[in-house]
Amino acid sequence: MAALALGDDALILAQRLGEWAGHAPELEEEVALANIALDLLGQARTLLSLSGDEDELAFRREERDFRNVQLVEQPGGDFAHTIARQLYFSTYQELLYGQLAGGTEPLSALAAKAVKECAYHRDHAEQWTLRLGDGTEESHARMQQAVDALWRYTGELFQPVEGLDVEWDALEATWRSSVTGILTQATLTVPEGPQTSPWAAGAGRQGVHTEPFGRLLAEMQHLHRSHPGASW
Amino acid sequence: MTTVLPEQDPGASGRGSEEAFQAAFDAAVAADERIEPRDWMPDAYRATLVRQIAQHAHSEIIGMQPEANWISRAPSLRRKAILLAKVQDEAGHGLYLYSAAETLGASRDELLDKLHTGRQKYSSIFNYPTLTWADVGAIGWLVDGAAITNQVPLCRCSYGPYARAMIRVCKEESFHQRQGYELLLALSRGTEAQKAMAQDAVDRWWWPSLMMFGPPDDESAHSAQSMAWKIKRHSNDELRQRFVDICVPQAESLGLTLPDPELRWNEERGHHDFGPIDWSEFKQVLKGNGPCNEQRISQRRRAHENGAWVREAAAAYAAKHSGPQGKGEAA
Repeated sequence: MAALALGDDALILAQRLGEWAGHAPELEEEVALANIALDLLGQARTLLSLSGDEDELAFRREERDFRNVQLVEQPGGDFAHTIARQLYFSTYQELLYGQLAGGTEPLSALAAKAVKECAYHRDHAEQWTLRLGDGTEESHARMQQAVDALWRYTGELFQPVEGLDVEWDALEATWRSSVTGILTQATLTVPEGPQTSPWAAGAGRQGVHTEPFGRLLAEMQHLHRSHPGASW
Repeated sequence: MTTVLPEQDPGASGRGSEEAFQAAFDAAVAADERIEPRDWMPDAYRATLVRQIAQHAHSEIIGMQPEANWISRAPSLRRKAILLAKVQDEAGHGLYLYSAAETLGASRDELLDKLHTGRQKYSSIFNYPTLTWADVGAIGWLVDGAAITNQVPLCRCSYGPYARAMIRVCKEESFHQRQGYELLLALSRGTEAQKAMAQDAVDRWWWPSLMMFGPPDDESAHSAQSMAWKIKRHSNDELRQRFVDICVPQAESLGLTLPDPELRWNEERGHHDFGPIDWSEFKQVLKGNGPCNEQRISQRRRAHENGAWVREAAAAYAAKHSGPQGKGEAA
């Protein structure tokens, strides 16, 4: 269950980041976003393989069976939304894997490798948060809007996941101080609203997702499902 | 290239020295020495290289689109990872090539602007659509295969920065090409539907791939000069023939056919004969009337325009924090 939840996080965010290919604001970001997507996809493959066949799990499950947090399924929106989503998630993932790396196999081995990738992803998101927050009036407004809009999906990150030996309160406190620090440095206002949506019903970890997620799966799974039993 | 050519000297602009520079340049090219950014070079050589390298860079960038079209739908996670890595490499190749063009005095912004306004071209092949997953394999095998056939001789091109960029590009392209072949092989050994998908893709990409080598030798305007400058090493038709000869046995081992009834081994020539290319289609695509010309350039322009506020933010932030103190804080 734990490997599946973390694998789904990585898979779905990789899918979202892959949507930027050919659309990024500059060539360096084409490289960076594809690179992050590829790291996440690599993590997803390892994690899903711990739970079964990676392709069966990615392409044959339905929406209600996915265990990713709702944050990662949120549409890319403008570049600021993509960066805010990445800031929230990479900060969480680095802290989570940091704790898991000191734990027991098999997750510790994956976590020890992935934590280095996550540190790079977080740094990339932080640098862009600073540039956009403290850039122009327009970029500041867009970044603030993105940070506010995604805030309601951050509460779910700290709900304990069965099978993970993690100090969730400590993780949340560190996450909050890290994210607050960057937002403040970026001259942005730290959101004050609730960190969960009004009707979350346990949310993504229990297989309750937001509406855009069904479309994401329809696109991702269509070809695989059209050729049952085929190998690629 | 250090031994023969004097470095560019803004003071020495007299006619006599110009002739001496030209003679030294010609001797360097004849001796297969590399021309480097600070060396004197004829204006026309510089302009030809800027155009060719820029168009090569543009092709990498536009070429991301037909393949990126399938990233979200790749049928296995392994194939999705391979495709993402490939599209990422293409952006990287674009970056190397723009850097190589910049050593000649052009700027990336100006070259991108020429792409966006249609004043510079990109490879005609990327104006064809990727309609099925097998197209990703056909692009890898045929389009990258044609690109490599074209580009390997460029590793010995007389202009050093271009030649060195090509060495890196060709290594990665060869890897992509094998992956494309392997993708098609998996399909051709798969279900009937998969095999049909592979054959259909090869049928649609074969002729456009042959057109990638450019017009026939007797209609190629820049060829003679480029060969004299050792920018090009082989003629369009020579390279096209080499490509056909490579592809025929590969198609056989894939278990796929090539859509040319006139394709057969010619013992006398030691090459494959092949049917006539529809140059009217090539000309239409070059003129902007291919299936995806409008779509490709619109997407590129839209990405650039939608990203303007991001680039402006980065510039504004850099200006605010360019002092030693600000830089330290951001790092």
